[in-house]
Amino acid sequence: MNDNRELLVEVKDLKTYFFLDEGTVKAVDGADFNIRRGETLGVVGESGCGKSVTARSILNIVPKPGKTVAGEILYHRKIKGAEQTLDLTQMAPQGDEMRGIRGAEIAMVFQEPMTSLSPVHTIGNQIGEAIRLHQGLDPDTARDLAIKTLSLVGMPLPERTIDQYAHQLSGGMRQRAMIAMALSCHPSLLIADEPTTALDVTTEAQILTLMRRLQDELGMAIMYITHNLGVVAQMTERVVVMYMGKVVEQADVDTIFYDAQHPYTRALLQSIPRLGQKTHDRHRLASIKGMVPDPYALPKGCAFHPRCGAVKPGLCDQVEPTMVEIAPGHKVRCHLCANRA
Amino acid sequence: MAENGAERPLLLEVKGLKKYFPIRKGFFSTRTVGYVKAVDGVSFFIREGETLGLVGESGCGKTTTGRLILRAYEPTGGEIWFNDRKMGRVNVTNLDRQQLKQLRQNMQMIFQDPYSSLNPRMTLLQIVGEPLLVNGVARGGDLQDRVAELLRVVGLRPEYMTRYPHAFSGGQRQRIGVARALALNPQLVVCDEPVSALDVSIQAQTLNLLQDLQAEFGLTYLFVSHDLSVVEHISDRVAVMYVGKLVESARTQQLFLKPLHPYTEALLSAVPKPDPRRRTEPIVLQGDVADPANPPSGCYFHPRCRYAIERCSQEEPQLRELGEEHFVSCHRADELSLQGVASAAMAV
Repeated sequence: MNDNRELLVEVKDLKTYFFLDEGTVKAVDGADFNIRRGETLGVVGESGCGKSVTARSILNIVPKPGKTVAGEILYHRKIKGAEQTLDLTQMAPQGDEMRGIRGAEIAMVFQEPMTSLSPVHTIGNQIGEAIRLHQGLDPDTARDLAIKTLSLVGMPLPERTIDQYAHQLSGGMRQRAMIAMALSCHPSLLIADEPTTALDVTTEAQILTLMRRLQDELGMAIMYITHNLGVVAQMTERVVVMYMGKVVEQADVDTIFYDAQHPYTRALLQSIPRLGQKTHDRHRLASIKGMVPDPYALPKGCAFHPRCGAVKPGLCDQVEPTMVEIAPGHKVRCHLCANRA
Repeated sequence: MAENGAERPLLLEVKGLKKYFPIRKGFFSTRTVGYVKAVDGVSFFIREGETLGLVGESGCGKTTTGRLILRAYEPTGGEIWFNDRKMGRVNVTNLDRQQLKQLRQNMQMIFQDPYSSLNPRMTLLQIVGEPLLVNGVARGGDLQDRVAELLRVVGLRPEYMTRYPHAFSGGQRQRIGVARALALNPQLVVCDEPVSALDVSIQAQTLNLLQDLQAEFGLTYLFVSHDLSVVEHISDRVAVMYVGKLVESARTQQLFLKPLHPYTEALLSAVPKPDPRRRTEPIVLQGDVADPANPPSGCYFHPRCRYAIERCSQEEPQLRELGEEHFVSCHRADELSLQGVASAAMAV
């Protein structure tokens, strides 16, 4: 797919490892993808595939003993009309420059709104803090701006909510407060890590509608991390599928759902029950056999080969496949697709 | 399934089931200042060998309903009639301790969280064998044989018997929970969100396992879940709850294709469709779920309902049968024509 929007973030061969007593966990082991300005990118995969660590690597907040050991994260920013490219992996996590980007230019919404909001500060306090730190405004102006942001995210009675604590709000309202905090400084990239997973389906619908509206209004790029394929189909333009720390397939959303090439992507799509699909006889779901491998002892060759239905012995269990672009914008990491390039 | 289902005898019949949790004020005093009506007059039935899906959002009382049926909670009111294999048709709410122990051999539960529902200090042999031991069904070598067989049935290796739960993944732990529930060969299994903590690929394995076991042992499931796609997949009939009340129940296809309650319609529309070519257009409900301690007047759903008329805020609708086995509690159910889900073709 041709897309001439400017690049915002380029992740190149990113490797983030966790050095534990039991061994090294290669949480992210070669992630390559780009995010363009104003685009919605979906990152999909099962728990432990490295999607959250990838997001944290971009923000430079990988928890210890994790460390980005290789690769580049190029962030293209515009300052007063001048273009500037920064490699986020080279910046000090606590340095002024990184702290100036984090929260202001790249913001994040987390999965659990209860644990990611402070229980001892009011909502206004927390949103105001981001505004004061990044925009250097005085407390009164910051408060006005916080109220404005809260009404932007559809919070009922923002003048009252601003003085409430997280525990006084419902799950959906908390997530709105989180989104308000993330948006308060008009970021160019919003990373949303499973923002609706903890919510009920009708609340989820409210939040998804809200995020789509905000993106139209504010024009930021969104990196949407989720394991819910329904959310991916409805919210994203391009999709990155991850398995055991590696990007195994990436393409535009229509290609992923209608012309997926990697056996893992196909198996994932077939294993979900879909509304309206029930037939009179009970069909079985196509499940992926086995389970996600032990991160301490990854299988040799392609990490998916022990669970793959199309495995070629002697190739898939020996040689690690490389990423191949089989069509413009459609990349697959699989031996079986390699000769189609 | 649905065709021959009608002739099957009832296994469970719930009538006007209620559970009110008291709200107490003060640290030491036990002055009751109100009640959370977690379950408020719920009626439904389950036939032998079928799966009833119970759906609703968090706090709607679906889990409480499941627990009341096993009398893990004492009901505040209502009747639970169960057709026990040995005791015959009994009202669960009236049984004494001895009878309850007997009853629970035929009613078991699978829990949501496979991490907290298994004792980390017990081996698989102890976990799965406990129901057999407590009820004097098997002991010693016989017990080991039975546990080995149960583990095999749920797809685990019998050699794992001496291991502890921490050695297993989420999906495997859920299989251990299933093996424990099946140990006494129960008639009814209450599955409380059994797959919601699992990854998609593991979720499919577990759902398939539950279906295989149902076919093999003639099990009856009450399947409690908030995930409508999963419920549609596994259930013969579905019941929808909202703030402690049952608002609609029908055969699965009927409910999903032609819902009669506006809340069901909104729920179905809100599920994001895993197909980028079909845009989900959710009916976005305004506001939050009603507070079960202080519910609105009339129909509990009326403040969020886009079809609400004056009557809805004054008079509480009763559950009535509209069409064969299609129960709904909505004043306007006959006049409204609501949107269900269209039949989905497989994308891949």
